Amino acid sequence: MGNQKKYWKSDAELNPESDWVTNLQHKEFVEKLPEDAFLGDKETLESSATSRRDFLKYVGFSTAAASLAACEGPVYKSIPYVVQPEEIRPGVANYYATTIADGFDFASILIKTREGRPIKVENNTDAQHKGHANARVQASVLSMYDSLRLQGPTQAGMDVSWSTFTTNTKKELASMLQAGDEVVLLTQSFASPTTQKIISDFQAKYPNVRHVVYDAVSESAALNAFEKAYGRRALPTYDFAKAAVIVSVGADILGDWQGGGHESGYAKGRIPHKSHGKAVMSKHYQFESNMSLSGANADVRVPITPAAQAHVLAAIYEQLTGIEVSVQLEPKTQKAVNRAVAQLKVAGSKGIVVTGLQTEEAQRVALAINEFLLSKVIDTNVTTEIRQGDADAVNKVIEGLSKGSIKGIITAGINPAYTLPNAATFVEAVKKAKLSIAFSMKKDETALATQWVAATPHFLESWGDVSLSSRHFSLVQPTIKPLFDTKQFQDVLLSWLDSGNSYRDEIKLYWTNSILNGNSWNKALHDGFFTAMSDTSTIYSDNVLNAVEALKRSQHKGLALNLYTKTGIGDGQQANNPWLQEFPDPITRISWDNYLTVSKADAASLDLYNVNQSDGALDGSYVKIRNGKNSLIVPVLIQPGQAVGTVGLALGYGKTAAVKTEMQIGVNAYSLYHNFDLVQEVNLEPVSGNHEFACTQLHNTLMGRGDIVKETHLEIFNTKDVKYWNPVPVVSKNHIETPVTSPEVDMWEEFDRSIGHHFNLSIDLNACTGCGACVIACHAENNVPVVGKREIRKSRDMHWLRIDRYYSAEETFEQDLNTKDNISSLGESLSTFGEMEDPSSNPQVTFQPVMCQHCNHAPCETVCPVAATSHGRQGQNHMAYNRCVGTRYCANNCPYKVRRFNWFLYNQNDEFDYYMNNDLGRMVLNPDVVVRSRGVMEKCSLCIQKTQKTILDAKLKGREIQDGEFQTACSSACGNEALVFGDINDKESRVAELKENDRMYHLLESIGTKPNVMYQVKVRNNDIS
Amino acid sequence: MASHYEAPIRKPLVTGNKSYHDVTIDIVAPVEGTANKQWWIVFGIALSAFIWGLGCIIYTISTGIGTWGLNKTVGWAWDITNFVWWVGIGHAGTLISAVLLLFRQKWRMAINRSAEAMTIFSVIQAGLFPIIHMGRPWLAYWVLPIPNQFGSLWVNFNSPLLWDVFAISTYLSVSLVFWWTGLLPDFAMIRDRAVKPFQKRIYGLLSFGWSGRAKDWQRFEEVSLVLAGLATPLVLSVHTIVSFDFATSVIPGWHTTIFPPYFVAGAIFSGFAMVNTLLIIMRKVSNLENYITIQHIELMNIVIMITGSIVGVAYITELFIAWYSGVEYEQYAFLNRATGPYWWAYWSMMTCNVFSPQFMWFKRLRTSIMFSFIISIVVNIGMWFERFVIIVTSLHRDYLPSSWTMFSPTFVDIGIFIGTIGFFFVLFLLYARTFPVIAQAEVKSILKTSGDKFKKTHSDE
Repeated sequence: MGNQKKYWKSDAELNPESDWVTNLQHKEFVEKLPEDAFLGDKETLESSATSRRDFLKYVGFSTAAASLAACEGPVYKSIPYVVQPEEIRPGVANYYATTIADGFDFASILIKTREGRPIKVENNTDAQHKGHANARVQASVLSMYDSLRLQGPTQAGMDVSWSTFTTNTKKELASMLQAGDEVVLLTQSFASPTTQKIISDFQAKYPNVRHVVYDAVSESAALNAFEKAYGRRALPTYDFAKAAVIVSVGADILGDWQGGGHESGYAKGRIPHKSHGKAVMSKHYQFESNMSLSGANADVRVPITPAAQAHVLAAIYEQLTGIEVSVQLEPKTQKAVNRAVAQLKVAGSKGIVVTGLQTEEAQRVALAINEFLLSKVIDTNVTTEIRQGDADAVNKVIEGLSKGSIKGIITAGINPAYTLPNAATFVEAVKKAKLSIAFSMKKDETALATQWVAATPHFLESWGDVSLSSRHFSLVQPTIKPLFDTKQFQDVLLSWLDSGNSYRDEIKLYWTNSILNGNSWNKALHDGFFTAMSDTSTIYSDNVLNAVEALKRSQHKGLALNLYTKTGIGDGQQANNPWLQEFPDPITRISWDNYLTVSKADAASLDLYNVNQSDGALDGSYVKIRNGKNSLIVPVLIQPGQAVGTVGLALGYGKTAAVKTEMQIGVNAYSLYHNFDLVQEVNLEPVSGNHEFACTQLHNTLMGRGDIVKETHLEIFNTKDVKYWNPVPVVSKNHIETPVTSPEVDMWEEFDRSIGHHFNLSIDLNACTGCGACVIACHAENNVPVVGKREIRKSRDMHWLRIDRYYSAEETFEQDLNTKDNISSLGESLSTFGEMEDPSSNPQVTFQPVMCQHCNHAPCETVCPVAATSHGRQGQNHMAYNRCVGTRYCANNCPYKVRRFNWFLYNQNDEFDYYMNNDLGRMVLNPDVVVRSRGVMEKCSLCIQKTQKTILDAKLKGREIQDGEFQTACSSACGNEALVFGDINDKESRVAELKENDRMYHLLESIGTKPNVMYQVKVRNNDIS
Repeated sequence: MASHYEAPIRKPLVTGNKSYHDVTIDIVAPVEGTANKQWWIVFGIALSAFIWGLGCIIYTISTGIGTWGLNKTVGWAWDITNFVWWVGIGHAGTLISAVLLLFRQKWRMAINRSAEAMTIFSVIQAGLFPIIHMGRPWLAYWVLPIPNQFGSLWVNFNSPLLWDVFAISTYLSVSLVFWWTGLLPDFAMIRDRAVKPFQKRIYGLLSFGWSGRAKDWQRFEEVSLVLAGLATPLVLSVHTIVSFDFATSVIPGWHTTIFPPYFVAGAIFSGFAMVNTLLIIMRKVSNLENYITIQHIELMNIVIMITGSIVGVAYITELFIAWYSGVEYEQYAFLNRATGPYWWAYWSMMTCNVFSPQFMWFKRLRTSIMFSFIISIVVNIGMWFERFVIIVTSLHRDYLPSSWTMFSPTFVDIGIFIGTIGFFFVLFLLYARTFPVIAQAEVKSILKTSGDKFKKTHSDE
């Protein structure tokens, strides 16, 4: 309702004709404005303080100020939850149990998610069956945020919808069924009971479909051998913790041999533990060609060719079983075999012989030896199917495809166009096929060849189940909604079957009916695993005498090439993962490359070289490696411990499809992987050119510095006083030898550290196998940047945690020490130190994880001019990134050289186009840890964000913290229990106990830095000759 | 200072039968005259080197220290080498003007002005490096104890780098004041002779209104003495503190108690060498042979010889102590210096610093101008290598062999070093054309005792 009231201003308005009224209506101002007085008078105008110029200035400035105020920083839009999910609380991590089963790596794991994003892989400690998550599994979370992933299904390279995909492919399948055309389903080893069932259902509906399993790196020989001996195509399981004597003939038991995951058990047996009043540990003999992780950890390592390994295996069999020995071995090898056999005889059921030779005969002989020993280390009743690949069947598929007898091919989880030696033939054959479908996460080599590509999700976005062993079942659950328009292989199979069920429904159904045996599905899903107690016993029946004869006959023409998989890259599935590319190989410490490892003698005879450039960077020559018709040009690395007459080359490199340019590195060694045999006969031919390596450790030997890696022998450890094998360094005070740990020789006044927490980290050099899981865990937890090959080559790696690897210059480190101690003159010292820089041709190897030692008397803290690094109450040496001005004085003054400087802006920088440079990759960043900017120093913080979280959680609940709750990323990643973290003020804690252990020592104790990181003396169990 | 009687057998410090007026004319000549072609050529070269260096500095600051050749093990190399080198060169000025003043060494009068100019210009070069070697140089002011609102942030007084900040800034300011005080009467002299009003005004400003009254002279002498007293401890303290950067650390090869005296001797050594380099050229170019005589050069050569030998003794002592200590890391560090991958740097240092000054035992060589010039260059090369050897060869192989690596400079490292040499010469060349390069007022004070004209008449009597 409008107000109709009218108000009068004066009574003059009563007369509408009045001039005054009309005037008022037309004029804005009643009185005349005195504008003339203001503007007309020039004098006043000029004398006024505000001139025209001033006025314009004010207008200008205020406009500028207003527009400046309107400017804002870059706006990042984030969309809030419309309905806040109950379980997601900002700032609080959620953990989900799941399983990785990518056909190469199988492990039960936990996934840490923050605000709905998976950011870190942790060990599922309750479900430890296949050891801990290795470096690749730790890094797999980054592979999900790969910007080169397929974002939806395609047909002939064009994006299509899932409904088009399903209807059309189903139509084609139906027509092929009618025509009776054979279709092959070529898949990875799923080891998934539900998938197996779905595939069977699929085959029931489409009898023209044949299922063939293909492993990129095959264990076909071992599977066949086991089938021959025990009547079941599977692999036995091993528990090396039970072993007293381990004899490995070419088996990298700490690597990916038979699916890997053996290091936890192995490490347990390697820590000297009391038994009948005496410390015991397992004894490990390794006969091998390449220097593997297992060889590096072995007590006795004999470098021999694969043929000689076959002879060794035959000799062990014959000597053990008492058959007349008819194998001629080299004296040195024979001596080692004699000792190994003698030890095996003593150990009996605690002995184990394993082999990595890829022949059925060798595998059968190894099984026969273990049967003879009645070995408890091997369990033939609990078997595993994580490798099912059938070499013969795969070869037949390729043949059939080429001939045209197989009309359709469906691949899932594999990339044969990259991993097959005859990849070109395969691609040609696939292109000829009537129907070709690839289920793949990436537009990889195989996906490029097929008509249809079904985009599959990453395992962290998937459902699934895995039978890690016949006893151990594990579940895969999604930890994030699929990032892209992807569908699982099993779901597509179900839709081809017109099943209304999703894969998840099928899993639940199958588990409830066949696995859980009445137990709760929810609990199994929560735990991520289920252990069944039903075993099927196997009966051994095999006669290996012919096999032994065959072993004796084995020989090489030319050099023996040993193909192997690296700790970082594995079979090459995760080649586009920058964490893994930058991960230094535990043995060679080279990142971003594969190379031919050559023995020193062979390198000399072929004129091959490795040299260091003026900035220290490692260079090497190239060699052409020829195997029949195939040849590859590869860089050469002279590898200490490489058997003469053999060379080694890693698989998994040289991948180009769906891999960023920076990571298209190395050569594809699969092209030499004929007949699925890792041993190939090759010839070498030097070619010109100089290869640039990115090596993180340029000096290989320990230079006889015995107080860096302290070690002793089991015999001495058992018989001598601790002062003999682990003395505390002493310093002269008033001519009295005083231990450097004594407060009397301390410059500083000690703080009272008995109140509150005092964190210590113990590193057991006996338990550390050098696997590197901790390195990647640290990388992921602490947002450590990836800097790329060029920066690594300049010795600018950013890893907060590194695993130093030293070779002995003599045959043992002990001899190194003696050599150094026996230098008698200046002239001799010159030549001797020069010789000590060169590793022995078969060196002892030692691994030493080194991170910030968190010195209580830290040299870095005193020298920082702005106090950016200072000591915390809980023992950590803090680093305030925001305060750092970047003088690098702290890094120079660090005796352990653990500080890392941000030479460039490594994040959001086109020059460093790794995960931190794109929105998808940045999703993996840990929100609890700041991403460092250019020009600041960074280093290990002992995962202070984790310890603080533990403290706060306990405080909230008003309870005390239990031992084991405090963890760092490295300590929780280590399944070997080599890294133990905790509070030494908790006298009951494991770390407090380890601090009092006789084996405890501090790195470079004599400097008096009083570190909070301690090491446990390495005890060796080698033969004393 | 009052003139004293000087024995006739002492060599005259001013030759060429100079009268007071001659001195004035000789010294004011470069200022009043115009620059010749050679000056412009040399200035052009220096300026381009400076601009090139400036470009490299801008590149470093905008992109990151990664443009240098440093790595995780060798965190300092050319940056701090250059820093210590320039600071060392800067030592001669104060020593000549302050210590020799206190010891009443009259021969300093001919060279103290330029030596001090050199000091100031080289300390400016030195001061650049601690700033640009920072990862975040825009925060360089955080090393100053400025009361701030950043929270309870304060500098770390334990850090030798902080001591450096104080030492260098004190040294620069005291040197500058001392230098300027000495310049006042000479500026006034130029002012009084100037005919162009602009020039007159400028020199009038520079001379702070010097009037030449007795009171002025009296105060001038007092202040000179007081400043000399203040500056003398600085000669010892600055390089002592610079040496603390290394001596207080725990790195073998750095952690050495001999460093303070060794660094001071080395600094004087390199400073005198640089003075020789500059003055041998200047006396020729600016026709000052009568003021900067062979005798001056000889005396400086003797200082070079002595300090060079002190440095040599220090090198040998280091080796001996390393062996005697029985510490394997220490022993290896020094063995590695002499015979490791950087042996060439060590032996360059030894040859240039220890062997080459020994030639000065021969009078014929130390009075040869050409030879002195060559040795002065050689010594400065050697002293640069000394710092490189201390910094790089100690760092590149320290405790854990796993971290051992090498250092190789990039074009940016080299460019910045060349740039500072260019900057130094730009400043020095400008100085040579606008400042009275010899303390003429002081020289005049000895003309009646040590000038050859006067000495001749005196001996004739």
